[in-house]
Amino acid sequence: MSRITIPEESELLELNLGPQHPSTHGVFRMIATLDGETIVKLKPVLGYMHRNHEKIAEEMSYIASFPYTDRLDYLCSMSNNLGLAIAIEQLAGLEASERGEYIRVIMAELTRLVNHTAVTGFLLNDMGAFGTPLLYAFREREKILDLFEAASGSRMMCNYIRPGGVRADLPEGWLDQAKAIVKAFPKFLDEFEGLLSENEIIRQRTLNVGVLPQELAINASITGPMLRATGVDYDIRKVDNYSIYDRFKYRVPMGQVGDVYDRYYVRILEMRESVSILQQALDDINDASPYISPKGKAIAKAPRTFKPPKGETYGRIESPKGELGYHLVSDGSNKPYKYHVRAPSFINLTILEDMCLGHKVADAIVILGSVDIVLGEVDR
Amino acid sequence: MTGFGVLRGMGITLRQFIGTYRFGKWFLKLIGLDEGSGITTVAYPEVKQKHAENFRYFPFLVYDESPEDMRCVACKICEQECPPQCIHITMEKDEKGAPTKKFGRTYPAQFDIDVSICMSCRICVDVCPFDAIEMDNDYEVADYGRGPEMNFNRDKLLKSAEYFGKIKPTEHAEVEARLEPKRAKAKAAAAAAAAKAAEAAKPAEDKPADEDPSDAGSDKGDAS
Repeated sequence: MSRITIPEESELLELNLGPQHPSTHGVFRMIATLDGETIVKLKPVLGYMHRNHEKIAEEMSYIASFPYTDRLDYLCSMSNNLGLAIAIEQLAGLEASERGEYIRVIMAELTRLVNHTAVTGFLLNDMGAFGTPLLYAFREREKILDLFEAASGSRMMCNYIRPGGVRADLPEGWLDQAKAIVKAFPKFLDEFEGLLSENEIIRQRTLNVGVLPQELAINASITGPMLRATGVDYDIRKVDNYSIYDRFKYRVPMGQVGDVYDRYYVRILEMRESVSILQQALDDINDASPYISPKGKAIAKAPRTFKPPKGETYGRIESPKGELGYHLVSDGSNKPYKYHVRAPSFINLTILEDMCLGHKVADAIVILGSVDIVLGEVDR
Repeated sequence: MTGFGVLRGMGITLRQFIGTYRFGKWFLKLIGLDEGSGITTVAYPEVKQKHAENFRYFPFLVYDESPEDMRCVACKICEQECPPQCIHITMEKDEKGAPTKKFGRTYPAQFDIDVSICMSCRICVDVCPFDAIEMDNDYEVADYGRGPEMNFNRDKLLKSAEYFGKIKPTEHAEVEARLEPKRAKAKAAAAAAAAKAAEAAKPAEDKPADEDPSDAGSDKGDAS
């Protein structure tokens, strides 16, 4: 890159970060070339956790891919399920039931809270604040995971959302429990912000670090909080109005500079907006309609008989990390002919080098933390 | 003011720390501060956290009265649908290759689930037309090997419907409500067949057995 000029007499050092390192968020490897302590070149190495998800999905029924999508981005299995469910619904022309849509939105927004609390905690961990903010975040996250367990049976590998609705109805008293947790959440956010947002050390470590120019972000098709931190108003919930997001009032928080602090703060504000969506959805949810449409129920009961018509589709949602898309091609049989996942983590990772150039090694760790990757999704 | 943010953060951690003590909680309440959530972890092997009723972990086979009276008819739907392909079923057959029957239905001679491969996704439960397989919630299954120790066979998987009712009362009630009309129908059919057999007294052996496959067929019809 021409932005960095290397003095002639200096000698470069190649430093290998990862793949087994707690700050690389999984088995991710960065080969950094250093001049002194400044990064002049950074090469990401991926593929250590490749599990062949896309090819496996082409060998099985549409429904059988759902448990595997849980394992893409294992922090937000609910929104991964939702993305595939929406893609299948588009492919087969199905409609979800009213109550099913509400439950899905509630689950997707709870997932956003789970993801953003976790990623903020891990970002602070990368900065050197070991434990404290992370565990405060995890304490809240655990309450939401308990809700997931009560509804779906599993804390993280939920496998709950199906085309046409959700797999099972909410257990008794779940909504009240959820309301209580959502009501208490802003208090936690206030405390969390009191701990972090004004903290001078954090501001010094993050302000103007890893600036992502708006133009580059758009050109590299960055999505999610990363893009919005650069000041682009692009939220697929608003753009596509998929599911029933047009019924709720919420704002899309945006940053100005596009540095690590903006990414952190956009996530905090997004959590506040998610809380507002959750409150509206929990109040509006209709008890009368079924949790899954009859067609969806039949598909879930007999996955091999489900043969969507020939054609292709691209279903996308705003997952907590960005645009999560599923490209499905059907040849009329009960297995997808082609199945591709557009993973937000993977595409957001492509501009890592541009953000890291000219910064120190310690900053590279923080920048990587702010990208919010999960290697299960990057490598698939 | 520089440094104030750090001090504020330290104040918050201090309050959380005090809140982990019973006396501290009382003190925080006294001075009008939020007492926080205190200690939220448990000392695992001694204390076990209560899990939700829906909590699922590995499937098991359900039998009604005795382990011989299993609901599974070895139809192999779950074997086909299982995403990681961890179920292996063989139907009990006689020398000629015709399926043998017990209680008027076919049954598996071998029903293995490799729990080291199983990912507890619950798809086998969703697709089973006979409600013969359900999710357990016993998560302490660690063993010293990953071969035969992790390959649960039929006898290890069979658990009573009573046990299922104990761990998941809501789901059990739903399943019973779904099965009750079928049982009544099967009973009536069996009685009718028996009466018919007694009347004709000629093809007595086949009739009671015939009634079940037709019942199974109608089940599948309902499902799809």
